[in-house]
Amino acid sequence: MSAVYARRSVVNIVALTLSGLATLIGLIFLVWILWVTAQNGLGAIKLSLFTKITAYADQGGLSNAIVGSLIMDLMALLICAPIGVLAGTYLAEYASSTRLGATIRFLNDILLSAPSIVLGLFVYVIVVIPTTELTDGRISFSGFAGSVALALIGLPVIVRTTDEMLQLVPGTLREAALSLGIPQWKLTMQVLMRAAFSGILTGVLLALARLAGETAPLLFTAFGNNFMTAHPLDKMASMPVTIYQYTNDPNPTLHAIAWAGALLITLFVLALSLLTRIMFSRKKVSYE
Amino acid sequence: MSATSAEPIPRDTEHRSRTDARHDLFFRFLLRFCAMLVLAALLGAALSTLWGGREVLFKDGFRFLFSSDWNPVENQFGALAPIVGTLVTSLIALLLAVPVSFGIALFLTEIAPRWMRGPVSAAIELLAAIPSIIYGMWGLFVFVPFMASIEPTLSDTLGNIPVIGALFQGPPLGLGLLTAGIVLAVMILPFISSVMREVFQTVPARLKESSYALGSTTWEVVWDIVLPYTRSAVIGGIFLGLGRALGETMAVTFVLGNSYNLTASLLMPGTSISSSIANEFNEAVGMHRSALIALGFLLFVVTFIVLLIARFMLRQLQRKEGR
Repeated sequence: MSAVYARRSVVNIVALTLSGLATLIGLIFLVWILWVTAQNGLGAIKLSLFTKITAYADQGGLSNAIVGSLIMDLMALLICAPIGVLAGTYLAEYASSTRLGATIRFLNDILLSAPSIVLGLFVYVIVVIPTTELTDGRISFSGFAGSVALALIGLPVIVRTTDEMLQLVPGTLREAALSLGIPQWKLTMQVLMRAAFSGILTGVLLALARLAGETAPLLFTAFGNNFMTAHPLDKMASMPVTIYQYTNDPNPTLHAIAWAGALLITLFVLALSLLTRIMFSRKKVSYE
Repeated sequence: MSATSAEPIPRDTEHRSRTDARHDLFFRFLLRFCAMLVLAALLGAALSTLWGGREVLFKDGFRFLFSSDWNPVENQFGALAPIVGTLVTSLIALLLAVPVSFGIALFLTEIAPRWMRGPVSAAIELLAAIPSIIYGMWGLFVFVPFMASIEPTLSDTLGNIPVIGALFQGPPLGLGLLTAGIVLAVMILPFISSVMREVFQTVPARLKESSYALGSTTWEVVWDIVLPYTRSAVIGGIFLGLGRALGETMAVTFVLGNSYNLTASLLMPGTSISSSIANEFNEAVGMHRSALIALGFLLFVVTFIVLLIARFMLRQLQRKEGR
């Protein structure tokens, strides 16, 4: 009897120790990656990053990539936020129990983890190829194409959060508004959206955090550009793609610049995800 | 409505309710259209890559899948090497990430003191927030040299085991399938562990308490009660991680080594579907480009199926709970 008991408690102790060890492994990798990024990045952050462009790489500039990334991220949000919020509203308010709603919700979850490089290829085929052929190659890769690809990354995040956040709004609020004779669209836009506003905003920020770090969908949509441009139909540089190119380059000066860019992007994305986490934890949805 | 009000409904009210109805109809249509765009995105991704890759897919058909001869100069496109590379690296990632994720989920739901759970699970989930290009840089500049330093030891120890020994023989380059697999494992860890943690928390307390009351150890409760109860969702979480691993590009491109030679050794450079596309697409023209888009189609179909299975399995548990 005691032999059996001893064996069981040994198994228990070993298993629990291993699970603690597993957590430690996860944390070690997190600290390792962040440490390496901070260590290499901090030393390389200089004022020239923000003032010089990548055309003269030895001057250590990233300004056109920073501007390009900001423009494309913003355009991507402008595309996917309205569509995503409206689609999420449809799922929560009109199709919460229909077969169509269930299908869309299901497929949205798949889009959420679909490989981003394929979404880049998709935009290449539907945006880059047609614009190239229509304009005889004057407009091929463009910042606009890049934003469409990024919008596809952000869209499912916004759809999902909006859907979930609206479902958290109590039904009594809907009934109260409807009983006053408010039409459905006004109820949705002026009552429900307001009630779920902070939740929906969280979704948009979450989408921004996801698409800001994406490289693969930009490679063959926005391509890259060594000069400063704000024109959405030009080839456009972006932080992740520039980092990718500089990392592939044998020149160690460029590696240092890539690390500086990597640190900037990581800080931006981590700050955003921490912000959303704080917004989430405070209260899921605020009803006032 | 009520018998006392004899007056007819004023005209403008009637007019307003009619415009309201029209607005409602339009609003509903707009919303439905936006929701349909989600479907269009998925369908479009499949159809456009199929269309872009049609020359190679329909001309070469099965030879595209089963030939390992990838030679853009002579217009020979056999995708076996990237397909094998994708599958092998994802498999390595799963083999490493699943037990570790399970450990993390177990630690966070059953062992860790309550004050520790929030911060630690937030930290693990931060791994998912780090952009994949950062994993790639860290992989290339830090992890590859590290692997190069331990690979001779791996070859000397694991390399001598009769059957699996061949997997661990080769020059200590640091680059290669094993390194890519490990980087992928770290990347998918937070996805699998957060699904496991969430579903472990859904196990009714009385099931666990009953088991404890019968004298079970914590491990026995987890292995015999929690895991069977959440089995389908746990498998769903694993498939979700697999879907991520299959499609990941930036983290593996730097550390794979971009070689189309198929070898038995995991220490040798290889390639994967996504890294082939990322590396070659912008230099490719004609058939080569078509072959790369066809690879993208293949990747999309495979990940779609994997993710479909994942979502179905995840839903099983929700059904059981009556959600």
